[in-house]
Amino acid sequence: MSAWNIVILASVVCVALKVLGYLIPPRAFEHPTVSRIANLLTVALLAALIAVQTLGAGQSIAVDARVPAVLVAAGLYALRVPFVVVVIVAAAVAAGIRAFT
Amino acid sequence: MSSRPRRTPEETAAFRAGLAVGLATTAYGVSFGALATLSGLDIWQTCFLSLVMFTGGSQFALIGVLASGGIAAGPSAITSAGLLGVRNVFYSIRMSPLIGPGFWRRAAAAQVTIDESVAVAVAQPTPSAQRVGFWVTGILIYLGWNVTTLIGALIGDLLGDVSAYGLDAAAAAAFLGLLWPRLKQRQTQAVAVGAAFVATLLTPFLTPGLPVLVAAVVAIVVGAFNLLGGKEERA
Repeated sequence: MSAWNIVILASVVCVALKVLGYLIPPRAFEHPTVSRIANLLTVALLAALIAVQTLGAGQSIAVDARVPAVLVAAGLYALRVPFVVVVIVAAAVAAGIRAFT
Repeated sequence: MSSRPRRTPEETAAFRAGLAVGLATTAYGVSFGALATLSGLDIWQTCFLSLVMFTGGSQFALIGVLASGGIAAGPSAITSAGLLGVRNVFYSIRMSPLIGPGFWRRAAAAQVTIDESVAVAVAQPTPSAQRVGFWVTGILIYLGWNVTTLIGALIGDLLGDVSAYGLDAAAAAAFLGLLWPRLKQRQTQAVAVGAAFVATLLTPFLTPGLPVLVAAVVAIVVGAFNLLGGKEERA
């Protein structure tokens, strides 16, 4: 599977999901359990991605400069600092720690 | 078109809301573009994702899994992006009656159905203001996101090694920014903690990408039984 295959296939899936909602009758997905799971699915995937991106190193766990960077990011989000600023600061914290250790 | 009725105050407010949200969101595109090229995609693949996939969470998920697992993690990357895109089905259903008939109009609406356009739309008091909010936010972000993605991709292409600049931490911080507004209820907080725990625990035992998918089971279990949902939870 090439990078282009991955990019195109994933894009087709995501577009199809958007189109699906405009094709099906509104009643089909109205069940509260279904919409609750869909909402929680987003939360679970994002949280899992944060964990793996922060602690994963291939197929092992590593605690390094990423951990303090993400903690700083969490603090800044709590203070309602804009997204772009937080992302840049997080990169700077990790890069700074790596430069001095 | 001077016979066209003037905009109502509600529509003007929706227009302004769309403008504000649109401009703020557009800036994220730079981080996406930079991280995508640093995850191993080229500039064209990066821009293709913003042009066609156009749903931030899925885009970040795809490049996040590819960054840690490489091309071999392709199936997991596609599945992660797809699962994160499932919420768009519900957004589409919500917007469908508002958009009205017409193939091209509905096709365009589907493409710009994302968190932000739907959020601005549903916050408006009248159907006409909801339509204004949806289209202004969606179109503005579509144009802006693609321009900033290209800028970010060019920057990322110049930067080179990921970890030296702390951009792996930036990716985690970006995911956190997408998650943060969703953590208001006890139930979502519990799912977030549970999923993060499961993904971390499984990382040494599964190929990269899979732990994230298995962690999604936490959402299905908690959602199906509505654990910690409803009224006040037990202490």
